[in-house]
Amino acid sequence: MQPLVDVRDLHYRYDDGTVALDGVDFQLFPGETVAVFGANGSGKTTFALHLNGLLMGEGSVTVCGMPVRHDTLAQVRQKVGLVFQDSDNQLFMPTALEDVAFGPLNLGLDREAAQTRARESLAAVGMAHASAKAPYHLSAGEKKRVAIAGILAMSPEILVLDEPTTFLDPPGQNALLELLDQLPQAKILVTHDVDCARALASRAIFFDKGKIAGEGPVEEVVARFHWDRIALSRTASSRR
Amino acid sequence: MHHVVLDRWSRGESALHRRDARAKTIAVLVFLIVLATARRSFLTLSACYLGILVAVIIAAGLPLMGVLKRAAVVLPFTAVFAAISLAAGEPMRAAALVGKSYLSALAVLILVSSTPLPQLLGGLERMGVPRYLLMVAQFLYRYLFVISEEAQHMRAALQAKSGSLRNNLRNREKFGAPAGVLSVLFARSYAHAEGVHQAMQARGFRGHFLTLSGRSFARADAVFVAAALILIVGTRAVVEVLV
Amino acid sequence: MPRLFRSCYCRNGLGMHIPDGFLSTPVWATLDVTAAPVVGYLARRAQRGIEPSKVPLLGVMGAFVFAAQMINFPVGPGTSGHLVGAALLAYTLGPAAAGVVLTAILAVQALVFQDGGILAMGANVINMAVAGMLAGYLPYSIWGAGRWRRQAIFLGGFLSLMTSALLALSELLLSGVAMPAAVLRISVGLFAVSAVLEGAITLAIMQALETINPEFVRQPRAEGGRVLGWIGGAAVLLAVAGVAVASAYPDGIQSLADATGIASQAKALMRAPLADYQLGMLHSVFLRKAGAGLAGLGLIFGACMLCGKLLARQRGA
Repeated sequence: MQPLVDVRDLHYRYDDGTVALDGVDFQLFPGETVAVFGANGSGKTTFALHLNGLLMGEGSVTVCGMPVRHDTLAQVRQKVGLVFQDSDNQLFMPTALEDVAFGPLNLGLDREAAQTRARESLAAVGMAHASAKAPYHLSAGEKKRVAIAGILAMSPEILVLDEPTTFLDPPGQNALLELLDQLPQAKILVTHDVDCARALASRAIFFDKGKIAGEGPVEEVVARFHWDRIALSRTASSRR
Repeated sequence: MHHVVLDRWSRGESALHRRDARAKTIAVLVFLIVLATARRSFLTLSACYLGILVAVIIAAGLPLMGVLKRAAVVLPFTAVFAAISLAAGEPMRAAALVGKSYLSALAVLILVSSTPLPQLLGGLERMGVPRYLLMVAQFLYRYLFVISEEAQHMRAALQAKSGSLRNNLRNREKFGAPAGVLSVLFARSYAHAEGVHQAMQARGFRGHFLTLSGRSFARADAVFVAAALILIVGTRAVVEVLV
Repeated sequence: MPRLFRSCYCRNGLGMHIPDGFLSTPVWATLDVTAAPVVGYLARRAQRGIEPSKVPLLGVMGAFVFAAQMINFPVGPGTSGHLVGAALLAYTLGPAAAGVVLTAILAVQALVFQDGGILAMGANVINMAVAGMLAGYLPYSIWGAGRWRRQAIFLGGFLSLMTSALLALSELLLSGVAMPAAVLRISVGLFAVSAVLEGAITLAIMQALETINPEFVRQPRAEGGRVLGWIGGAAVLLAVAGVAVASAYPDGIQSLADATGIASQAKALMRAPLADYQLGMLHSVFLRKAGAGLAGLGLIFGACMLCGKLLARQRGA
């Protein structure tokens, strides 16, 4: 089976010389959901930004058979939908409908088609009623859904989500998990939320200092790197 | 926040709300110019215009007292100059200042209360205002609340820490804390802007904005403009002839 | 008194926003007609360059200026000031982009907050987004790279506010708005205090910014900003000269009209507001001269902007 995403020996260095990615190899296959764990600053988000060409380092990144280069960026960005951590940055148009239509319009669809596509995508995430609403009238959970709709409107094959459950309350998190579970695209979840990973991911990778330090089934990776929340023991006498 | 109230008002469903933004903008511009150039029979004219505007507010389903009060924001500034003109023995000029500034503000407020700002900006673009400038204004409006909220949090933190600052520090040191807060807010704003730019690129942005809204000028809009013109100019003509 | 002044004059920052109904028709019409091409020019300049679209950056920075009004700088017992921001924007975004942001800010203030008129928008844009901003950028573009950097920044903040305030006052006087000597003196005095504050606040923020990330602040004299800086400088110099000359020749406006052979109708239009104004309650000879001088300042400035534009095009900047 051809991988949807094929990363070989990826290196990336910031302008000030810091090494962010130090030789990363990774493959994503159709239908998979992969969780990406790692400490803050370990390179997870930098890695995610390479998948749609927002950053370009040394090594090779291939998406659906296309190498990620300056001349293929438009197609790559249609195939790989990136959902950012801060939904406010992602919803930059005045209304939900206009924002979701932004992608299709830039893909070249005419106004009618873009609007239809936008409405369909909003309906797919359960936000059809909010199409005329302004982003600041939406809750965090609703904003996240509209952001996802904005990506779905471009008909991607791969979804990359950066910390999707941050800022969401438990009901919001559950609703998001249900939504993501229904979507057929292959997914990469960059997350600190172990429960989210457990619910959705078939495997996990662990970033450490710009390299992938381990991969395998979610539970195995979580246990190996002690990534689960610790259970604090409380005794009646010591707390009162 | 003020602009949230305005945003709510602007999403009403009255006949006025449904008119094309360009039609409403033209009507308001004509009103402003006719009002600005009025010299004679000013008191009667102001009263007539006020009556017309009040009728429009009610017809648009907007809260009358709320709108009238909000337009009064211009009055403190005007009152100072009006008082000076009165003291200088120019009561007509004082009346003109108060009347013109208030009625102008009221008319603009009605425009913005019956037209969501992005639609208003879109109308302005089709009337020739540079798109670049309008897009900047649109983004400004979009992120006004986001950045202001962050500023509010930071201000609360600053106030919590500055109880004793007043008395013990000299001015230069007292400036350090708010300056630090603003530099952090600046950095955060910059980070937001970069995030937005990345999000735009991720969805295929190629350097110029394409808009969805393409509402054309309907017959109702043309009728509205004509009616407004006749009403505005006609009122002034009648008043100046009769009074 | 300072608080009352602030509430009357400077409610939402940026200094004096002139509402509709204050300026006489020749004044607001001329300034609208002048402002339009200037803003178009600034927008085109701001768009240039291989940098990616700066629209989100400019928009967000505009929001920053709004939000910055909430942070108070303690000044004295019961008084505080806040950032106005024209100079700061010029130093961090460059003058062209700063002009666009400030125009957008003024538009949002007028439309959403009813702060500033619509017909008066040209005047407010010229005063604050163009002249004030350029006057603030000028010292930085000349001295910003050297030993006197901090003084240059302070001076820039001061000039940005002072210039916009004086231009606004001159436009009001030219329109015949009554302003007795006492009020004029107090206004100018209070504006000067605000301007000093703006200089101090701008400097404090610039220093804090450089600590966080030196790249936030632009190098002075980059990419033809120098030309715009010199335009601002010429404007300020001419303004000073204009006030001096006009105060020596109070009928300067009249002789200017005669000399350039403006049609009699136009002459009457120009003379009328000034005549009203002289017939008004101004008894002080100095104030009459100063008033005419300030009016002269406005006219001279307009000519200056035009020349500056031509100069910039010639140099290919």
